[in-house]
Amino acid sequence: MTRSRALRRLSPLPVGVLLLLLLGAMAAGVLVGAVGLSPRAVLAELADRLPVISVDSGLGERSAAIVWDLRLPRVVLAALVGATLAAAGASYQGVFRNPLADPYLLGVAAGAGLGATLGIVGTGPASPLVPAAAFAGAVVAVLLTYALGSAAGGGRSGTTLVLAGVAVAAFFTAVQTFVQQRHADTVREVYSWILGRLSTVGWSEVTLLAPYAAVSLVVLLFHRRLLDVLAVGEEEAATLGVSASRVRLVVVAAATLGTAAAVAVSGLIGFVGIVVPHAVRLLVGSSYRVILPLSVLGGAAFLVLADLGARTLAAPAEVPLGVITAFVGAPFFAVVLRSSRRGWGP
Amino acid sequence: MSGISARGVGVRYNGRVAVAGVDCSVEGGEWVALVGPNGAGKTSLLRALAGTVAASGMVAVGGRSRREMPRRRWARLVAVVAQHPLLPAGMTVAEYVLLGRTPHLGYLAAEGANDVAAALAALERLDAGALAARHLGSLSGGERQRVVLARALAQEPEVLLLDEPTASLDVGHQQQVLDLVESLRRERGMAVVSALHDLTLAAQYADRLLFLDGGRVAADGPPATVLTPEVLGRFPGARVALLQGPGGELVVAPRRAGPAPPAA
Repeated sequence: MTRSRALRRLSPLPVGVLLLLLLGAMAAGVLVGAVGLSPRAVLAELADRLPVISVDSGLGERSAAIVWDLRLPRVVLAALVGATLAAAGASYQGVFRNPLADPYLLGVAAGAGLGATLGIVGTGPASPLVPAAAFAGAVVAVLLTYALGSAAGGGRSGTTLVLAGVAVAAFFTAVQTFVQQRHADTVREVYSWILGRLSTVGWSEVTLLAPYAAVSLVVLLFHRRLLDVLAVGEEEAATLGVSASRVRLVVVAAATLGTAAAVAVSGLIGFVGIVVPHAVRLLVGSSYRVILPLSVLGGAAFLVLADLGARTLAAPAEVPLGVITAFVGAPFFAVVLRSSRRGWGP
Repeated sequence: MSGISARGVGVRYNGRVAVAGVDCSVEGGEWVALVGPNGAGKTSLLRALAGTVAASGMVAVGGRSRREMPRRRWARLVAVVAQHPLLPAGMTVAEYVLLGRTPHLGYLAAEGANDVAAALAALERLDAGALAARHLGSLSGGERQRVVLARALAQEPEVLLLDEPTASLDVGHQQQVLDLVESLRRERGMAVVSALHDLTLAAQYADRLLFLDGGRVAADGPPATVLTPEVLGRFPGARVALLQGPGGELVVAPRRAGPAPPAA
């Protein structure tokens, strides 16, 4: 009996492949950079920090700081942002049964954009308040969307919620454009924030994002079976004893928390949340039990690699990360789409 | 197994009355067909019984009221086969049937080996074991209906609600599906409530017909007492003849307007 093919479970092969890809990408991210450090020395420096092991890397204090305070936190941040956005995107696609859903669907992007703009205008581009303002803007936008969608559709229909998101996003974007017009001198900073970037010094961004990302990922991963139940529609889910609106509320809350935190530290990085889950879906099938965990690994690996490209392709200048994700992701996705025979079925 | 009963059940959509004060009860092992014109409230009554629409009145299985239990416990008692179930094209048949175990699982729990066994047994019972690894998008109409029935059976319900289970099937597959439902209710003593357009099939398979018109019960009883010229006159625009089949079964034959075409 073809049980293994009939009931797709998380099999070790794709997990192993993606895990190796992620580790390889992270290693490359730490080893390669604008300052030429010998790979052997970097590896020795990393090993030296492990308990028990003591190796002399021969790196000076400045070089060690490049590894510890520049490269490693940036690689870890890329992995966290990529994992969070990909998991949020996959969950949104499941909960709204809409292949075009991405983590920014319910107004996160517009809300964060307005928040960041206000923060940059009010306190300057380098202010530590900008991430907080972006986070707050994103959360407020989604809360508004939810309130509006529930008032209009009684919380019963995902479509109403998506439409409410369109209205809220349009409104926030309009306010942001207005504020930007009045403060033309900040346009450049706002623009660079919107393009997304992972420039980080030290671990503060990582420690800021990590708790939100962890909560978000754990909650979403626990809901992966219920996302499969929702795939048969809201009424059918109800006859199976599952309240679609309750699952949607929890999943949207978790995805929003993670996305808002990711956006707060990295700006708006497009593409990851929509392309990674679809590539996984096309390669391994349409069950969220498989899609969600593999999207976490795939999203992390993808963004670490994309950031490696952003740092090195035009070194010493940086290419905007959003440009790389689309530039690399789009052709890759086209290949997957072409070589796959599975559709995104209704 | 216990049956399902409804007392004074009413359903409204934005103020429009779809079902108004329906009383009915279906014993364990009994099959009741809901018949009546389009818009008579058949689907709405099924939804009220399933608990997927806000309804007034009381619905209970074996004396246990819908209002007194969480959605998940009700789903262990009542399974539904919708008229147009949404079948995600990329999902396999086995994965889909396994969803029927959802009411038996904790909110965030995963299925165990016994759930997988129950799902595969349901699939085998409906002679669909060979379909297990197929994608839902690749099934024919008859296969789809058997797979959806298998998902409902995996719920191990006491009551099975079917909304037009034979719609868009050819006559052979219509009979195959109804025969399967017939053997299941005998075997497990499930109460079956089905909306059926085809009056001849309804008369042959159901123990009782519940004739709905304008959201109310217009007639309730064995097929022969319900299918009378007066009741059939309630179908707007219908021209039918009541005939007897070779085995004495009731046949409701539609007749065209105007003179009959010459026989070949």
